Amino acid sequence: MIWAVALSAGALVASGAYLALSRDALRAVVGVSLIGAGANLVVLSAGRLDAVMPAFVPEGASRLADGAANPLPQALVLTAIVIGFSLTCFALALVMTIRQRVGDTDSTGLRAAEPPAGADGLPAFPDDER
Amino acid sequence: MNADLTSLVVVAPLLVPLAAAVASTVSAGRPRVQQAIGLGGAILLLGSALVLARAVAAAGQVRTALGGWDAPFAIEFVADGVGASLVVLAAVMGLTALLFQQDDTDPAPASPAFVPLVHAFLAGACGAFLTGDLFNLYVWFEVVLIASLGLLVLGKERRHLDGALTYFVLNVVGTLFVLVGVALVYAATGHLNYVAIAHATMADPYRVLPFVAVLSVGFLVKAGAFPLFAWLPATYHTLPAPALALFAALGTKVGVYALLRTGGAVFPTVAPLMSDLLGWVAVGTMVTGVLGAAYHWDIRRILAFHSISQVGYILLGIALGTPGGAQGALVFALHHSLVKGSLFLIAALVCREAGSYDLRHIGGLSSARPWLAALFLLQALSLVGIPPLSGFWAKFLVVRETLVLGHVVWAATALAVGALTLYSMLKIWLEAFWRAHPREDWQPPPGARPASAIAAAGLAAVTTAFGLWPEPVLRFTFMAATVLHTRP
Repeated sequence: MIWAVALSAGALVASGAYLALSRDALRAVVGVSLIGAGANLVVLSAGRLDAVMPAFVPEGASRLADGAANPLPQALVLTAIVIGFSLTCFALALVMTIRQRVGDTDSTGLRAAEPPAGADGLPAFPDDER
Repeated sequence: MNADLTSLVVVAPLLVPLAAAVASTVSAGRPRVQQAIGLGGAILLLGSALVLARAVAAAGQVRTALGGWDAPFAIEFVADGVGASLVVLAAVMGLTALLFQQDDTDPAPASPAFVPLVHAFLAGACGAFLTGDLFNLYVWFEVVLIASLGLLVLGKERRHLDGALTYFVLNVVGTLFVLVGVALVYAATGHLNYVAIAHATMADPYRVLPFVAVLSVGFLVKAGAFPLFAWLPATYHTLPAPALALFAALGTKVGVYALLRTGGAVFPTVAPLMSDLLGWVAVGTMVTGVLGAAYHWDIRRILAFHSISQVGYILLGIALGTPGGAQGALVFALHHSLVKGSLFLIAALVCREAGSYDLRHIGGLSSARPWLAALFLLQALSLVGIPPLSGFWAKFLVVRETLVLGHVVWAATALAVGALTLYSMLKIWLEAFWRAHPREDWQPPPGARPASAIAAAGLAAVTTAFGLWPEPVLRFTFMAATVLHTRP
C-alpha cells in the first residue's frame, strides 16, 4: 500500500514538474496543482496507511480502539486540499484574464512586468491609465 | 495575569486584523467608513502588539493553548521576544501603509479590496509570528500568499497579471515544499507542536535531517534566498507603493522568521548540521542581491534587488546558530524592514515629484525638495550602516558574531557587500537628487501631500530613534535570542 502511494506521489510530482516547466501558463498552473496533489498524498501517508478502521472512539471507551486510523493527517490534508483548491481557482482565473488580455497563454510573450532596459520606470499605476 | 487574559493578549494581534479585514470587506461600498475601519484596525493592532510586547518583556514568553487541550495536543500560540517584536513591526508597517494611501502620491486607483487585503496580509504575518505549531505555520504562510496575490492583481494591467503569475508559480512551489516538510516531520516524530518536536528530535538529529532540509528549502524560497529569489525582483515593482512597502518589510521576513524559529527552537540539534551550507547560501544571497541592485535603473527594482542582499545578512546571523547570531538576525530584520519600507515610500514620493522611477529621466530634487533629499540621505546612510544610524548596530551585531566564531570569509563578504550597497545608494542620490533634471522646463507638481510624507518620515523617525538610542531594542532582542535558544 505504502509503495503504491509513494509511486503515485512521485508520478504526480514528476508530471506536475514537467507541466510546470512548460512555456504555456495554463499548463504551468495545472502542473503546480498536480505537484500539490502529490504533496497531499505525502501528508495523508504521514499518519501511516496500515490502519484503516474509522477513527471513532467506541461507546464506553475513553480512547481510540487499536487499529483505528490516525485522524490528524486526515484533518491536515483536508486543510491543504481546500487551500490548494482555492489557489488553483485563483490561478485559473488569472490565466483566463491573461488569455483575454494578451490573446494567448504563452508566457514567453509575457514581458510586461519586466520590460527590456529603457522601458521601465513607470509607476505601478501611471496616471494616464486611470 | 489570569489565563483568559493571557490568551486574549496573545491572540489579539491575530483577531484585530482578521476582524478589520472582515469589517472592511463588508463596508466596501462606503469608502470613508472603510478607510476609518482600516486605520482604526491598524492603530488597535499596534496597541495590542505593544501590550503583548510588554507582557513578553516581563515574562520572557507567554503561551496559550486553545480548545481546552493540554500541550502538545492543543494548537498553541506562543509569543516570545522574537515573535512579539516582529508583531510590533507588522503593526507599524500596516499603519504606515494605510496612512500613506490617504493621499494621491501613488497614482493607484482606489480599490475597495485594498484595505481588506492589507489586513489579511497582516493577520497572516502575525499568525506566522505567533503560532507554536508547525502545520499552523504552513496555514499562515498560505494566508499571506493569498493576500499577496490579491494585492498583486489589484491593478489588472498586463504587468500586474504577469507579475502575479510569476509570484504564484514560484511561491506555491515554495509552500508545497513547506507542506511536504511538515508532513515528513510529523511522520518521523508524531508531533507538530514546536516544543514536542524539539524533544522528539533531540536524541537522533540525523533521522529527521532530510525532512528538515525539505522544510528549510520552502522557507528559503519564501525568504528570497540565493538561488531561489527569482520571484522577488520580478514582481515587487508592479505593486502599488504602500503595498510595496508592506511586502518589502514583511514578505521575506515571514520566511526568515520561520528559519530563525525552526533553527533555534524547533530543531536545535538538527540546525547545526546545516549551518555551514546556510552560511554559504547567505553569502550567495548577499552578493547576488547587491550586484543585481547595481544593474538596474528603476529605483524600485534597485531597492527590491537590494532587499535580497539584506536577507543574506539576516540568514548569516541565523546560520551562526548562537544566541548572538539570532540577536543580530532579529535586529537586522527589524532595521531592514523599517528602513527599506520607508525607502520604498520615499521612492514613491520621488516618482510623484520628479515624474518617473527611472533614474535616467529624473533629477534636481535636492534643490526642489530638500526635505525629501534629507529624508532619503538619512535612510540610505542607515541602510549602508553608517554610525550612529540603525543599520550600524544591525551590521555590527552580525559581523561581530561572525568574527567571534572565526568565519573570516563570511565577515569580509558582509563588509564588502556594505561597500557595494553604498554604490547603489549613491547612484540613486546622484541621479535623482544631486544632478539637474534632464528636462530644463521641469517643475515639481504643485500641492502638498502631508499623509504620505508623514508616513515616510514617521518610519524614518522610528529607525533614527533606534539608531541613536539602541539600548531598549538591544536589551529586548538579547532577551528574545536567549529565550529562543533556551531548551525547554
